[in-house]
Amino acid sequence: MENVQAFYAVFQPIWTIVVMVIFLGIAIWAWSSRNKSSFDEAAHLPFDNDDDLIPHDNNTSLKEK
Amino acid sequence: MAEEATTYNYKVVRQFAIMAIIWGIVGMAVGVFIAAQLAWPMLNFDTAWLTFGRLRPLHTNAVIFAFGGSALFATSYYVVQRTCHTRLFAEKLAAFTFWGWQLVIVLAAITLPLGITSSKEYAELEWPIDLLIAVVWVSYAVVFFGTIVQRKTKHIYVANWFYGAFIITIALLHIFNNLAIPVSLTKSYSVYAGAQDAMIQWWYGHNAVGFFLTAGFLGMMYYFIPKQADRPVYSYRLSIVHFWALIFTYIWAGPHHLHYTALPDWTQSLGMVMSLILLAPSWGGMINGIMTLSGAWEKLRNDPVIRFMIVSLSFYGMSTFEGPMMAIKSVNALSHYTDWTIGHVHSGALGWVAMISMGSLYYMIPRLFNRELYSLKLVELHFWTATIGVVLYISAMWVSGIMQGLMWRAVNADGTLTYSFIESVEAMHPFYVTRFLGGALFLVGMIIMAINIFMTISGAKAVDDAKIPEAAHAH
Repeated sequence: MENVQAFYAVFQPIWTIVVMVIFLGIAIWAWSSRNKSSFDEAAHLPFDNDDDLIPHDNNTSLKEK
Repeated sequence: MAEEATTYNYKVVRQFAIMAIIWGIVGMAVGVFIAAQLAWPMLNFDTAWLTFGRLRPLHTNAVIFAFGGSALFATSYYVVQRTCHTRLFAEKLAAFTFWGWQLVIVLAAITLPLGITSSKEYAELEWPIDLLIAVVWVSYAVVFFGTIVQRKTKHIYVANWFYGAFIITIALLHIFNNLAIPVSLTKSYSVYAGAQDAMIQWWYGHNAVGFFLTAGFLGMMYYFIPKQADRPVYSYRLSIVHFWALIFTYIWAGPHHLHYTALPDWTQSLGMVMSLILLAPSWGGMINGIMTLSGAWEKLRNDPVIRFMIVSLSFYGMSTFEGPMMAIKSVNALSHYTDWTIGHVHSGALGWVAMISMGSLYYMIPRLFNRELYSLKLVELHFWTATIGVVLYISAMWVSGIMQGLMWRAVNADGTLTYSFIESVEAMHPFYVTRFLGGALFLVGMIIMAINIFMTISGAKAVDDAKIPEAAHAH
């Protein structure tokens, strides 16, 4: 039990810092200008299909299976 | 078969979308019935399987797993195909997830009224059904991630990250919380005991909220709001930080369900602090969704479908502010075990989960059947009945809950209790009637939706030839 408490005493502050660094790392990575164009591309993924307008006129090409 | 590879699989999407609406009506109707029982107890009819204790888990399982689950299956299969530019992976397995999930729901509808239960909240189903859920869920993961692996696009769109996290986490939560030793076909005992069992249960329970009822529906938000608003998400960068912050934080919040219990004090405090931190990613996501409409606010006036989506985010913001507040131990001392909790849950479940699902289904179903919506006027009517229903429900529960909490803790100068328990029960009655009315309005809205959708698709020809763009993003 004492060992566990001693472990926590060291581990808790370190873990707090580790998690904070991970979070800051993600934030910096997300906002780095290097990634801007690839994120813009990703953000447009939902709009890349041809039939996005409603009503999409695909009755003519409907094939019976 | 060559033709198939060029089109999306909409069949399984249609099946789940239609069942979402049907199970929504069933689950909400059971909810309205048990709300009526609380106001007028004679509605038990002295019949065991009609009592609140049997029907309440039926209600929660039906709305969360049958309605919410079907909506999540439908939208995730739709979104993952369309943002990965590829047909669904392992289609037979996808069909199995549909029939398997429906079988789970039917088994739940039979066993719960019979009183067959493991007694774990939101995990009441007994071990044979739990095994079936595990098999269906792993199949779901194979279909979903298989589709992502064979994607033709470079990036994995953020909605898929949320759906993916939801699928993985629910698999873990379900399997570990339901580990049990069967003693017969219909009875098992949890492998955990005492405080550990409670902690595992609420690790499961709160993350059922965090991943089933939040991450999955955020997946919907990140696809269907940009689509309906016809503009990309406000900030893709924010969506990435939103994702990781939410994933890192949610998993710790469970202990706030066990304040002032046998759970160690430090665990309770940890749960409280992590719940407070959770406000940041929750609101980051909400703002990201709402701001997607920036520059096109007039759509809120003209388009009832987008109104469903944006109002759902407002309720999401409200309930994710309320949740951390209620996780503060001193607030929880008042709110816990009162109707405030029920109000909070429904502000999230009706206001956020149900309304974002309705908005997404109104967007998706016409596209699955190649029809325009039968009536936008009916969508508008649905919107107002649903909104007024939620507001009636949650305000009744706020007043009732805070009143209960205050009555239970009131003491006289000599230390005796001011009110007997039955006096608080009597005081709750008008609010229980109001809650019944709010719930009934919400159910009426759902029925209006079913009529509208039925009129939309009756006679329509299903879309089975939605083309996958050819190598749209070969970089």
